[in-house]
Amino acid sequence: MKTDTKQTKYRRVAYYPGCALEGTGHAYNESTKVLGSALGLKLDEVKNWNCCGAMEVKNVDPKVQTYLSSRVMSIAANEMNAGVVMAPCNGCYHNLKKAEHDLAHDAASREVVERISKKAGHATYKAGQVETIHALDWIKDGIGEEELKRRIRNSLKGLKVANYYGCMYTRPRHIFPEKDQGPGSESISKPHFMDDLLAAAGAENVDFPLKTACCGGAHTLSDSDTSTRLVLNILRAAEAAGADVIATECPTCHSGLEMHQVRAEKVLGEKTGVKMLYFTQLLGIALGLSPRKLGVHENVSDGVAVLKEKQIV
Amino acid sequence: MRQELLAQAESVLEEWVNARGEAPTLEMSEGFRLLALHRQGARGVPSFNACRETCREIAYHYNVLGVKQDAKTELMMTMLVEHLKLFVRGKLEVEGLGEFCCASRPLRKEAQSA
Repeated sequence: MKTDTKQTKYRRVAYYPGCALEGTGHAYNESTKVLGSALGLKLDEVKNWNCCGAMEVKNVDPKVQTYLSSRVMSIAANEMNAGVVMAPCNGCYHNLKKAEHDLAHDAASREVVERISKKAGHATYKAGQVETIHALDWIKDGIGEEELKRRIRNSLKGLKVANYYGCMYTRPRHIFPEKDQGPGSESISKPHFMDDLLAAAGAENVDFPLKTACCGGAHTLSDSDTSTRLVLNILRAAEAAGADVIATECPTCHSGLEMHQVRAEKVLGEKTGVKMLYFTQLLGIALGLSPRKLGVHENVSDGVAVLKEKQIV
Repeated sequence: MRQELLAQAESVLEEWVNARGEAPTLEMSEGFRLLALHRQGARGVPSFNACRETCREIAYHYNVLGVKQDAKTELMMTMLVEHLKLFVRGKLEVEGLGEFCCASRPLRKEAQSA
């Protein structure tokens, strides 16, 4: 078992699910909590959390987005005495990291955050008070592959997985100073934490060169056809790489892949059969948890059949 | 085949650079004009970095195919070039594609400075 400081720090973290995990990403929320519980990791949900500012607020006023994200971190740091905030959604993770960066480097952002925080009646968040991590960091550094291997009950052996990280997990690179820091750290250009964890659970990761490729997500409503074609190419590439499933670690990526898979068939007549599963669902299944408990039945693409076919469930 | 695919990828980026009113560079970056073109195309447009890894993967697959011909690698390179085409086509239609996600830069900033 790992005994480094990260393992100790990540054992109990403030949990920021974000809006998507209460809606389209409900299965990700459930599977994250159930997986954490099975692994002995504690989650304390951030009290009275708010939207991170997502895409919409960022469009109107980026400093208000910085404030909104800072409020989440302020509650974690000042009201819950937490040192680590874990966000499973790439959008939330990205926005909290961006706010952290802005507050550390931009005086105007600090001024706005201080002014609104005072008006809202809560302590102003200061850069460095908490460490924001993704669910992948949480499992990778909080548990590690060796410990994970020890706990596997249903190996994912025989399951070929394409790991799709999407774009916000690593971009823009300057807001993720902890990445690309040599062995053990995550890579900006070729992320591998999800690959590492699923390999530890027995899965066979396929070589998938579109793991951080754009899915047109932000324009899924304003330019649906571009999004559908981009997603279709990602799905086809995963299939061509031999994948049975695409593992995801973001509710927006996940629902985007699922929805555009359906849309590609309806609008373009292009059918693909690859299934989408959250990495938390796959790890949970490997730990012996029931697919239902992990919300697999909530996914649009039916991953149960392929898991049965591989005799994993 | 790999030369043809690389040339296609370069021509896609040339279109993007031309659309911005610049002359496509003939310089090389890390041995690839494609990467130099990407760098040129991303100047002042951080969201264009959404296709940075796609370009780097195209270069990688080009190198792999130079060592050993392999149908799967060739197919992957084809799909990478296809992704680049789709992304740039999307950017040419809606310039803000990828703006929020990768660049983290608000669209309004440009409107305000105009």
